[in-house]
Amino acid sequence: MKSILSKIHLYWPLTKSLQTGLLLSTGLAGFMSARCPVMHWYNFLELGLSLFLAIAGSTILNMWYDHDIDKVMNRTHHRPLADGRLAPAEALRLGLVLSVLGVGLAIWMAPLYGLIVFAGLFFDVVVYTLWLKRRTCWSIIWGGISGGMPILAGRVFGLGQIDGIGILLAVAVLFWIPTHILTFSMRYIDDYQSAKIPTFPSTYGFATTRLTIAVSSVIAALSIASAGILIGVQWGFVRLLAVLSAGLFLLAAASVFRPTERVNFGLFKYASLYMLSAMILLSI
Amino acid sequence: MKITILDRILLLLTGLLAAYQIAVGIDNLSTLPIVAYSIGFGVILVAGLLLIILGFDVLDSPLVVIASTIIPLSLSLGLVWEHLPSWRMPYLVFAMLGFLVILITRLTPLKNKLPVIVLAIVHGIAGMTIFLLPVILSLTGRLSTRFSLVGMGGALIGVGGLLLAFLKAGKPLLSHNTILRILPGLLLLMTAAFVLGFSAQ
Repeated sequence: MKSILSKIHLYWPLTKSLQTGLLLSTGLAGFMSARCPVMHWYNFLELGLSLFLAIAGSTILNMWYDHDIDKVMNRTHHRPLADGRLAPAEALRLGLVLSVLGVGLAIWMAPLYGLIVFAGLFFDVVVYTLWLKRRTCWSIIWGGISGGMPILAGRVFGLGQIDGIGILLAVAVLFWIPTHILTFSMRYIDDYQSAKIPTFPSTYGFATTRLTIAVSSVIAALSIASAGILIGVQWGFVRLLAVLSAGLFLLAAASVFRPTERVNFGLFKYASLYMLSAMILLSI
Repeated sequence: MKITILDRILLLLTGLLAAYQIAVGIDNLSTLPIVAYSIGFGVILVAGLLLIILGFDVLDSPLVVIASTIIPLSLSLGLVWEHLPSWRMPYLVFAMLGFLVILITRLTPLKNKLPVIVLAIVHGIAGMTIFLLPVILSLTGRLSTRFSLVGMGGALIGVGGLLLAFLKAGKPLLSHNTILRILPGLLLLMTAAFVLGFSAQ
């Protein structure tokens, strides 16, 4: 029992629980947004389990592939793979097992849903991490597309088909990702440079990066608000969404016109809170 | 001063109450009060979130004065629009002009007392409106007694505004630490009073 607990303790950081939790919440919100005529708790459980396995699996595979980078970076050198507490082969096995279980369960639940979950995993692990991350800063587009897959998958599972609102929700997440990742890559620019990972701030400078964040924040907020209206979310919740979006715009504008490390960090944290709140509002 | 877990919990409750008011509490009103109250409670919500994320240092920003002006101006505008129909247009003009003048005097480097005088006049009128109007409406029986809680919220926002204004002017009424210690509780009490009071409409 003790050894199982210590293994879980070792494996858990590999899943990046906060990031996985946030993506999982988008998937559940996508499902709830479909307003299924009848919603069974076991559908919800299956959806949550399959998405968790697939997202956690792909995150572990990313961490397995990037453990050489993690060793170099101050922020990540204490991770179990980077500091040698866990063997890379063991992490690879765990990532593959969780990914296969997640995608397999998803395909068993509904083939189209399974295909989208697989697409998310493929874009994230193969296209983003294995192929582009070390080559170009534009790799975040693919990171963003894969980040938009859980919400699309959740909606597809609820509806049984791909619709415009699902695409709009995925676009919202795609444009929210830069707000999250680019603020992060500005904060830890030295880390990324020592690991030789091309990022927006190191390629185009801080000013362009901040402008990109501001523009993508506006597009993300407009997409979520449009999706909310099309879904038929109550006006009160649309108002609340507008208020939270205004906060995001103001912080993004402050990061362009009065840039400081504090504002940058505030925007990073607020963006996560914004996305979580938006998902809750779309689900009610 | 470092923000504590208790401060964060109080601010989170404040944010949740403000979010409730925006989403549910103002549904049956006409367009302008809905917009005005959404802005007022929206500023409380976003300010609460920023305090949770960034801590009390965020109060050092010069934008705090502008943001803290929006709350009484928008709430008082909503109240006047709903309950004093004959004063609608004059108060709307006052609110817009007042905000504009505060914005200009805060963003331009003036070395005289004009920014403070403008701030005192605009805050004073808006604050007294939020405090007195609900109390008068309750006392005259036009609205239930509970509506006077909006006035209490107005009084609390006035106290908070005064403490912060004097602190920023370098003549604090209480010590810096004491003000920051009571601020989250004051914000929660103020928002709770507003939410309870407005529910009596």
